[in-house]
Amino acid sequence: MPILPALAAGCILACLVLYALTGGADFGGGIWALWNRGPRAEARRHLIAHAIGPVWETNHIWIIVAVVVLFTAFPKAYALLSTALFVPLTLVLAGIVLRGSAFAFHAYHLKEESGPGWWEGVFAGASLVTPFLLGVTQGAISSGAIRGSDLSSLADGTGAWLAPFPLSVGFLTLASFAYLAAVYLILETDDPGLAEDFRRRALGALGLVSLLSIAVPFLSSGGAPGFHQSLTGSRWSAPLLGANALAALGAGVSLWRRAYPLARACAAAQVTLLLLGWGMAQYPFLVRPDLSIPTGAASPETLRLMVIILSVGAVFLFPAIYLLLRIFKKDALFGGGPRRCAKSRGR
Amino acid sequence: MTELDLARAQMAMLFAFHILFAVAGMGMPVLMVLAEGLHLKTRKPVYAELARRWARGTGVLFAVGAVSGTVLSFELGLLWPRFMEFSGGIIGLPFALEGFAFFAEAIFLGVYLYGWEKVSPRLHLAAGCLVALGGILSGVFVVAANAWMNSPAGFSVVAGWPADVSPLAAMANPAWKTEAIHMTLAAFVASGFGVAGIHAIRLLREPRNGFHRAALGIALSVGGAAAALQPLSGDMSARFVARNQPVKLAALEGQFRTQRGAPLRIGGVPDPAKETTRYAIEIPRGLSLLAFHDPEAEVLGLTAFPPDERPNPVPVHLAFQVMVSCGITLASVAAVAAFLAWKRRERLFARPFLWGVAACGPLGLLAVEAGWVVTELGRQPWVIRGVMRTSDAVTPVGGLAFPFAFFTLIYLALGVSAVRLLRGELAASPFFPAEDGDSHAEPGEG
Repeated sequence: MPILPALAAGCILACLVLYALTGGADFGGGIWALWNRGPRAEARRHLIAHAIGPVWETNHIWIIVAVVVLFTAFPKAYALLSTALFVPLTLVLAGIVLRGSAFAFHAYHLKEESGPGWWEGVFAGASLVTPFLLGVTQGAISSGAIRGSDLSSLADGTGAWLAPFPLSVGFLTLASFAYLAAVYLILETDDPGLAEDFRRRALGALGLVSLLSIAVPFLSSGGAPGFHQSLTGSRWSAPLLGANALAALGAGVSLWRRAYPLARACAAAQVTLLLLGWGMAQYPFLVRPDLSIPTGAASPETLRLMVIILSVGAVFLFPAIYLLLRIFKKDALFGGGPRRCAKSRGR
Repeated sequence: MTELDLARAQMAMLFAFHILFAVAGMGMPVLMVLAEGLHLKTRKPVYAELARRWARGTGVLFAVGAVSGTVLSFELGLLWPRFMEFSGGIIGLPFALEGFAFFAEAIFLGVYLYGWEKVSPRLHLAAGCLVALGGILSGVFVVAANAWMNSPAGFSVVAGWPADVSPLAAMANPAWKTEAIHMTLAAFVASGFGVAGIHAIRLLREPRNGFHRAALGIALSVGGAAAALQPLSGDMSARFVARNQPVKLAALEGQFRTQRGAPLRIGGVPDPAKETTRYAIEIPRGLSLLAFHDPEAEVLGLTAFPPDERPNPVPVHLAFQVMVSCGITLASVAAVAAFLAWKRRERLFARPFLWGVAACGPLGLLAVEAGWVVTELGRQPWVIRGVMRTSDAVTPVGGLAFPFAFFTLIYLALGVSAVRLLRGELAASPFFPAEDGDSHAEPGEG
């Protein structure tokens, strides 16, 4: 395979991993805001809003970059997918726009009012629906039910997302995002009660993620045969599976022993490996089974410039993101210990 | 309505909504940075408070702009998959560059909004400058894609697919420069006068509040300076359109017949059936003079083009008249403001002038919307001029009334909430006594 198209596809996968690890956790925060009963509910709400506030817009941009690289480097795949997956993508958009606006409105109000407002309900609800449908579209792309190598040859697939396999990927995505959020949030507070709350949630979500990580490949044997074969029958299958199990085990043990920074590293590794596994099993296809990476690629000149722009951009981008995290996540990320004050700062 | 009409209506609605927030995302950071800069220079607390308040407004507007922009990046494919299938590889790069500009804006807006107590004043100001720079650059990059649709470049067509693609040539298409300058200035005009209008309304109620006086001063300076430059940019754009898109010029001027020494029509309603524009005030040779800087120049009329390649001149001409009259009004207000401020700053806060500024508040945004009607409807029936028709670009998916209704409802709710939030914020604005320089108020003015 020519190197440039594979490189561009790799960039999309990298953006998706970064989106899951950052923006995904922000969605996960919304899920925990929705499912928020019991003592300390108010404090958890504040902690979630406080953790997301300064970073969510930056985190959100990874999905935009992924889409832009997709339509620039693989315009046929973009046209094919937006037609075949018109309905779930439209709903994803509604979720994105509602979640973001609702959070901004609600964060704005937080200073004046303390009760959960109408917009907070929207924020939490949209945080649930959007990741689920993102996962569903991802599953549909791999299912093999979208037939056609460009728009004019698109034969079928508009119902591809409404099948057990894509839906199971949706649930896995939802659980993973909630899991990441719970693990991250433990380190955002130094209130032992809050930390315990999210530790329990993290352990529960870990169980669910592990269960689904087994169920999804199982379902794929019927719902996505080509994908299944590649996922389970390749040389890298066993090592990848082993690494994933190791990460899950590491996360479980370190959560149990309250070694939170290690738990966070393991959780992030777990989600990264899940997406990496998806990408490797999907390779060399953009849309299984008719559109492959080389046949869907734009001109080499476009790909070359795209890779250059992304590399040069990254040189500026990552230091800036480091600065952002250094300022706002100093204790959580760089201090090694839990932060001093959980709420009502700087808002 | 046909599915094509529904797709166009939905795109227009999504775009008309997004552009208001996009324009604020370009203009508001400049205002807030100027306020903070003035605070660092003068140490007056009123400017610090102003920067904080404007930053909070920017935060909400930027958030809605960011997510409604995300919607557009997906809807390009959802509604116009054939357009994107053809042009994604040609014109995708400016979107990637925009992505990085957008990253800069989001990262440093996070630092700015939440970092008042966490970073040094200089770093904070620098963050604000990067927000402003990111906002302007993201606008400039996105406009490159629209300019390419008006003046496609950097590819040839072989068997219906693009060939010999040069993304850099596509990005540096001939229309980019004029469109980018025009759009950037328009964003400053719209933000500057929009903000000035809001503070003018508050000043009519509390004329001695130095907070709103400071705000009005900064907003009018930015909006006014841009409004004074915009006619020059408009002239550049008009002459570019005259040379490169003669049919669009004919539509926006309501010019049906090819004519030497064509008149400039002010107002009027084009009648495509009778092929004439009625009720217009005609300035002899005005159009030839303005469009070609030559009173005898020949201007091609709509009838010089095949009927199926003409845009509908009625909305295009009317929207053009709206845009130009808003622009001229605001440029005049800017001239009056400059004159008043030069005589004595206090005069800026005289009631009749405040009424004028308040009334002109929405005109900049109206001009932006009208300008986009001109450029988009004036390009029809093409989505890529001369290469792909809009009707060939549309999605084969049916039932487009549903997403249209769905997004209209969502955006209505968002718009209403955003306005209510910002109004609430404004109603709670602080009081600062008017400054020394303002204290020679004439009787009856306070």
